Amino acid sequence: MAILNTPENKEFLVEKILKSYSTIFDKANSDRLALVKRDKVIHPVIYIGTGTCGLIAGAGNTLTAVEQYLEKNNLDAEIIHVGCIGLCSMEPLLDVQLPGKSRISFHHATEDRVEGLLDAVFHHLLLEETVLGQYKHPGHEDWANMPYVLQMPFFALQHRNILRNSGIISPWSVDDYIAHGGYRSLYKTVLNYTSDKVCEIVDQSELRGRGGGGYPTGKKWALALGTGSDQKYLICNADESDPGAFMNRAIIEGDPHRVIEGIAISAYAIGASNAYIYVRSDYEQSLVILEKALSQAKEYGFVGENIFNSGFNLHIHIRQGAGAFVCGEETALIASIEGKRGIPQSKPPFPAEKGLFGHPTIVNNIETLANIPSIMENGPGWFKSIGIRESRGTKIFSIAGKATHTGFIEIEMGTTISDIVVSIAGGTKGNKQLKAVQFGGPSGVCLPVQDLNTPVGYESLRALGSSLGLGGIIILDEDTCMVNLSKYFMEFLQKESCGKCIPCREGTRRMRNILEEITRRPREDSSHETLERFKGVVELESLAEVIRDTSLCGLGRNAPNPVLSSLKWFREEYEEHIFDRKCKAGICHDLRTFFIDVEACNGCNICKKKCPENAIIGSVKLPHFIVESKCTGCGICFDCCKFNAIYFK
Amino acid sequence: MQFNIEINDQEVSAKRGETIKNVLDRIGIQVPTLCYMNGFSPSGGCRMCVVEVDGISELVPSCSHFVTEWMKIKTHSPRVLKARKILVELLLAGHPDDCHYCERNGSCELQELAAGMNIRERKYHGKRRQVQIDKACSSIVRDPAKCVLCGRCIRVCDEVIGAFAIDVVGRGSESRIGTSYNKGLNMQGCIKCGQCIMVCPTAALTEKSNFQVVLDALSNPELFPVIQFSPTIPGSVAEAFNIKASKDILNLLRSALKKLGFKQVFDVSMAADLAIMEEASEFVSRLNKHENLPMLTSCCPGWVRYVEESRPHWLPNLSTANSPQQIMGRLIKNYISTSAGQKPENVFVVSVMPCTAKKHEAASDRMKDGITCNVDAVLTTRELVKMIRLLGIEMNSLEPEPSDTAFSMRSSAGNLFGISGGHLEALMRTVHFMITGQELNPIKINELRGLKNKKEARVKAGKTFFSVAAVNGLASAKTLLDEVEAGRADYQIIEVMACPYGCINGGGQMRGGDEKNLKARMKALYDVDDEEIIKVSHKNPVILDLYEKFLAKPGSGQNMELLHVIRTSTENR
Repeated sequence: MAILNTPENKEFLVEKILKSYSTIFDKANSDRLALVKRDKVIHPVIYIGTGTCGLIAGAGNTLTAVEQYLEKNNLDAEIIHVGCIGLCSMEPLLDVQLPGKSRISFHHATEDRVEGLLDAVFHHLLLEETVLGQYKHPGHEDWANMPYVLQMPFFALQHRNILRNSGIISPWSVDDYIAHGGYRSLYKTVLNYTSDKVCEIVDQSELRGRGGGGYPTGKKWALALGTGSDQKYLICNADESDPGAFMNRAIIEGDPHRVIEGIAISAYAIGASNAYIYVRSDYEQSLVILEKALSQAKEYGFVGENIFNSGFNLHIHIRQGAGAFVCGEETALIASIEGKRGIPQSKPPFPAEKGLFGHPTIVNNIETLANIPSIMENGPGWFKSIGIRESRGTKIFSIAGKATHTGFIEIEMGTTISDIVVSIAGGTKGNKQLKAVQFGGPSGVCLPVQDLNTPVGYESLRALGSSLGLGGIIILDEDTCMVNLSKYFMEFLQKESCGKCIPCREGTRRMRNILEEITRRPREDSSHETLERFKGVVELESLAEVIRDTSLCGLGRNAPNPVLSSLKWFREEYEEHIFDRKCKAGICHDLRTFFIDVEACNGCNICKKKCPENAIIGSVKLPHFIVESKCTGCGICFDCCKFNAIYFK
Repeated sequence: MQFNIEINDQEVSAKRGETIKNVLDRIGIQVPTLCYMNGFSPSGGCRMCVVEVDGISELVPSCSHFVTEWMKIKTHSPRVLKARKILVELLLAGHPDDCHYCERNGSCELQELAAGMNIRERKYHGKRRQVQIDKACSSIVRDPAKCVLCGRCIRVCDEVIGAFAIDVVGRGSESRIGTSYNKGLNMQGCIKCGQCIMVCPTAALTEKSNFQVVLDALSNPELFPVIQFSPTIPGSVAEAFNIKASKDILNLLRSALKKLGFKQVFDVSMAADLAIMEEASEFVSRLNKHENLPMLTSCCPGWVRYVEESRPHWLPNLSTANSPQQIMGRLIKNYISTSAGQKPENVFVVSVMPCTAKKHEAASDRMKDGITCNVDAVLTTRELVKMIRLLGIEMNSLEPEPSDTAFSMRSSAGNLFGISGGHLEALMRTVHFMITGQELNPIKINELRGLKNKKEARVKAGKTFFSVAAVNGLASAKTLLDEVEAGRADYQIIEVMACPYGCINGGGQMRGGDEKNLKARMKALYDVDDEEIIKVSHKNPVILDLYEKFLAKPGSGQNMELLHVIRTSTENR
């Protein structure tokens, strides 16, 4: 990293760029900035996506391969580590920017493909199938006949504000962030605005909490600002524990300084001199990046004593959570930071009045805080112009499940769910039929296909019985068993319940038991058992109502959501499990009955040998047969048959 | 600020800062609860007390939700009743079905709730948790299978006792109350006070029973069973059997104990008199040598254990006088048994205490040869009441029986040991006499009386004023010691009782006592002090006789073995 992180650059960036109230610079400064921003490069620059998703896909080996290639060919090029741009399923991503040319991106750049890719790019001979696309830039010459990244369906419908820098700039460099306009809002805010004014601006922007509850952020801050106390705290909640959600991680790994800047402005707004960032300990890469970013921010004086000589002090501490789902709830999170067992407390008193160590505390989701720098920079009117009524701005979602493209996206509020699922995520993989979309994690709901035209927003989703949640979207295709999915979520919730209140602790356990009973292999198919199972479903509903009515915290109150919604929209699947003892998707092992296709079986005898229950009979070279009463539905025979002779109903 | 709210369509006035439950209690509407404890911060965990409030979509817990103006509340709507019923059914799903064999059969709060909600079938069939009963401790038995996780025990242990011995471990349906490193109650901070037993709604916490041991001893012809009882026992037994506490109750109790089969009955108050003589002379000698002050009392085994475990640097300040129970036990085994013509090992000493920590104390004080204990078995008040019922003794129609042994002669000072501040008051009377040769006048120290957690007094003896303090509830004692350590407070004597308000509210007393019961128990002790003639330990003729014939003079080295004990830090054992 030749250009970034030098003392001269530090002075230039802080004094000339950051502290400038205008974004138009004189020629000398703008030329120099162009070099730092890599708008103009002298040597080739190679970008490698080394976020967690990239590393898992093999970006570490890609990096080594690139270094070896450069050494072998005696090439002088700069390597920059970037976060993920959002297309996690295409990782590892490798971008190359040659002097004067557009930055071009390659997907699936695993170590074995590095040499070929770099050979091609250095010889200006690109293979279209390896290219993801190029980034359009007015000062750069385009690669001929190559698509533009941001015009791909995955990006075209997005509205990237918080993720603007993610995958583009280096999360390891504060210089890069400043060069791209970072920390200017903080400078402007602490020198020009009072805390009251900041709260007012945020209130006017109509920003609402992105953690699920959707409480207006400005109002929450004003409450804490108005509470008299010599010590206040701001907590940044990055304890993302929903299965299939990874947006928070992406924000930290893509643009950590935006988070720190957001925290600093928010702390200023409520008058806090101490802030905590609560991150799951298993986000190892995020923690390393965050710590590095924090130390850089301290070094540059954006965090610490007397920030920008304004008299504002802020100390930011990183706290690691052990990964309990309930610690995402603010009172439980506070208990956890205090070193206690992470269990929620009854509210009131709200943390804004009495929170961490008994002092007024604001807990904001990391995404909420990441919105703040842009709001302060562009004004509340700008933010209000994005999105729809009662849901302003953008929202980040992570897409998991059976989608063609999995990853994370940022869309304008009001975009319909079907746009997200069909256009952005590219629908389901392998031409399977879309069955439902699980929205909002374990506290969310399963939306059937007919509900997908709903625009994304706090109120529109509340009308469907869900909440915006953290923003996890799981796409389900026809091979998904809804009963099994409900069981999975109940299993998750009952394990993650903190155990304090009876409805959540005992209720979720009973709900899981009932679902287990439905998906369990029939012992004897008497009508009595069927009746018991049917009663179970009726009890599911009454239990769900009581859990919702009486639980202490949001985790409990929303725990029945996945079951209730799937029961509402996919009731026939439950009935099928109960009365016909069939699982159409073939997911519930216990309910599968296996048969051997006499035509296809050549009597190889393998399944017979492998069957743990000795349920398969037949002589060598003659078709085999499965004894239904002995078969437990384990599926070993199905997996080991090389002739596709085994099928199940 | 006063305003109106509406409860079940009726207007009620309420104040800002009151919880819904406060208002309901005031106007006499009952809502069930498992986790609520008067005087403690609400936990809001059991959700049993939920009510319906207009404008709030979910049900709200009345124990922790504050009233607001014109709040409309329904306390027993069908929705609320259904929710409460299902909550109890959920608890029952994982609860053992062994009510018949349960210690708390008939006095169990879960049973009461289930009956109250008219639950007539097991709706949810759940797997029981497989858990081991924690029997490691010599005083308290924990059966986690019966625990409903209401958290009362934890709050009492943290907030009142300050021992922090137990907490919830595990998550979700795997949550259980556990001890540190799962080592059982005997291994760590627990002081065995038994306050957790007092608040437990089910049989998850019970005392280690000596019931059968005592019954066996009573029927063993080779043994000579004798019994000693603590000063609070007569009052508590009277309360349990609904007898008006009067002077006669002592003789009634004596008669009942004799009917149970005990050959001799002793009043521990006499040993308390002896302890006071020793303690007072110890204090005077420390005062003269200016060492180890403030002197800390040592009659409470829970407190002593806390000092041994957690503040061993205070051990030199602890009075070396043994506790009255152990003094009595040693006297009986070493002295009285021979005068009754019995071999010490054949005498089976039972004591009845309002305390579970006494079980631990008795078990750890071995006789000199190390074979038997000085006190062989300790019964709690609860166990004694059960035994009287089992053996069919009708307390109300018993003939009072006067004492037949001289060793039951006591002063009312010794009797005051049962209440926080009482021990100190008794001690000050004798200290005053030892220093000045005159009786304290007035003999009562009113500052040390009453139901308060911390009481202080300045007592003048001769020309000197003594600052003394009595604290109860171990947490208050910890705070006081912190103050003393920080130099913010200075006392000559500090009396500590681990249970709140002292032995009248000990961990072995009858459960469910409220403030009214406590006041009655307190009054019973002070009434004795008013009525009896000998109000100071140094005038007790039996004590004087003992010193003359059997013991060296108070405070001298020869009495060490019999009346004193050197306590050591648990780390050095």
